[in-house]
Amino acid sequence: MGISVEGACKSFGDFQALDDVSIEVPAGSLTALLGPSGSGKSTLLRAIAGLETLDAGRVVIDDEDVSSKPVQKREVGFVFQHYAAFKHMTVFENVAFGLKIRKWGKQQIAARVHELLRLVQLDGLSERYPSQLSGGQRQRMALARALAVEPQVLLLDEPFGALDAKVRKDLRSWLRRLHDETGVTTIFVTHDQEEAMDVAEQLVVMNAGRVEQAGSATDLYEHPANEFVMSFVGEVNRLGEHFVRPHDMQVFADAEDGTVEAMIRRIVPLGFEVRVEVVLSDGADVWAQLTRAELQRLELREGQIVHLRPGQAKSFSGSPSSDGHGASTPQDPQDGGDAEVSAAA
Amino acid sequence: MGIARSARSRWSLRVLGLGYLTVLLLAPLAVIFYKTFEHGLAPPIDAITSANGLHALKLSLTMVAIAVPLNTVFGIGCALLLVRHRVRGSALIDAVINLPFAISPVVIGLSLFLLYGTTGWLEPALAEAGIKVLFSVPGMVIASIFVSLPFVVRETVPVLQEIGTEQEQAASTLGANAWQTFWRITLPAIRWGVAYGVVLTTARVLGEFGAVSIVSGQISGQTETLPLFVEKQFFNFNEPGAYGASVVLALLALTTLLAMNVLKRKEDA
Repeated sequence: MGISVEGACKSFGDFQALDDVSIEVPAGSLTALLGPSGSGKSTLLRAIAGLETLDAGRVVIDDEDVSSKPVQKREVGFVFQHYAAFKHMTVFENVAFGLKIRKWGKQQIAARVHELLRLVQLDGLSERYPSQLSGGQRQRMALARALAVEPQVLLLDEPFGALDAKVRKDLRSWLRRLHDETGVTTIFVTHDQEEAMDVAEQLVVMNAGRVEQAGSATDLYEHPANEFVMSFVGEVNRLGEHFVRPHDMQVFADAEDGTVEAMIRRIVPLGFEVRVEVVLSDGADVWAQLTRAELQRLELREGQIVHLRPGQAKSFSGSPSSDGHGASTPQDPQDGGDAEVSAAA
Repeated sequence: MGIARSARSRWSLRVLGLGYLTVLLLAPLAVIFYKTFEHGLAPPIDAITSANGLHALKLSLTMVAIAVPLNTVFGIGCALLLVRHRVRGSALIDAVINLPFAISPVVIGLSLFLLYGTTGWLEPALAEAGIKVLFSVPGMVIASIFVSLPFVVRETVPVLQEIGTEQEQAASTLGANAWQTFWRITLPAIRWGVAYGVVLTTARVLGEFGAVSIVSGQISGQTETLPLFVEKQFFNFNEPGAYGASVVLALLALTTLLAMNVLKRKEDA
């Protein structure tokens, strides 16, 4: 049940939510639509479901053009960010809803609902109301409800966005396992690159109503098509026209070939990793990601002059640069005196 | 000192509030009850169970039975139109719905009189069809519907806005058509708001005097509702009759109020 969208356009008044978007989702895959808010990712998902009608372009599910098919005929499972639980129904009734609409028999419904509740680990709570469930349980109920009707495709709109960090992480790996078990072609929308990389096989990075790049997590991380993708799928330092990942910043105690001088402004231990914030002679703030062992071997301390070599630097000719130096350098250079900075410069 | 003063001011506020309610609401109501049963149960019961009294009670309940369902269906439909399908003219509909709240019932009665009366605009067509609106039940039903029109709409609109569209969208992705979505998702979600509107509509139809008084012609035993019956008994110096009917009206109103409070609590829960 592959999905493809071809040349999708959609505007809301003056706002162009989708601008000639085309994507390919292979059958049985788990694909993430990744992008900042307002990038059009949710609109695209809703257009695939039939909850939005496109101004132009078409949606093809399993080789069938469904663009003019109403939502209730598209056989899609849809999960909303805020669960959209039917509040006046019990968990059982929520999951049974689509089956009742399809006029299944009572016993068949009961069997199917309990099968799904077991799958989402809610079998003991079938007589509860949504208001008696936690956020994570509600979202699992919503998933069971969407899966009950055996949809051709499963669409999830920021499914974990309203949950706290711990529950979100649990549900992620759980969704991954669920997908492996059911094999339903799944698309989910997220603005969290870590979540997208953790769960999905294929990522589609969107920005301002367009697809910036599609590919595997490794593809996007190692071969980003532009500055936007590079800074969206990971941390990045900007050095003039070049972009370097913090873990590709090599730090030396003495000058070597191709190194530049810098002063350590702050050393932040983050467990296994250490964030070393430095300031370059031209005043630019960048940071390097080192392991604890490297830090100890180099015997680095705050205020020290070191030498940096930007490995794996990338430049994107013609790509727009919205902000100045160091696209994602830390925001809080608390210590590190100004006098020492000018001394280093 | 500060606490003492605030406690004292709280007490005086309480006394003021209760006193105001007692003088203006509770005392008159208590007097009615006292006056009704001053000479025992027989006089008011006789008055109420007289032919005209029973007819008035029946007619009032008939008005409720016709006007309330019509306004409920209209009210839900109108609220859906206003909240879910913003169309051209929605703002105008929204404003017009409130007219019955703003216009005095007497004026509503007069306007219906002008429309359906012997010299009214619609009179020739109606006479030809053999339909008598004025001085008969149809006119009174129209007047009742008019004055109680906004309640269900006004109570349903905010609830519809609050529940949002996600549940309805979820139902549609699960295969439900518009009709199934309305019956299984939307209506259960707004039911307490609708019920609250229905209670208010019922109370208003039961108690309506001004508009109905004008279009009914107040013919005893034919076009006399309970409030009209009370007035006529009062002006005919039949005090037991007037008080007895008043008590029946008051009890009906109290029942609807009680129902409203129960519903309100359920809605909040």
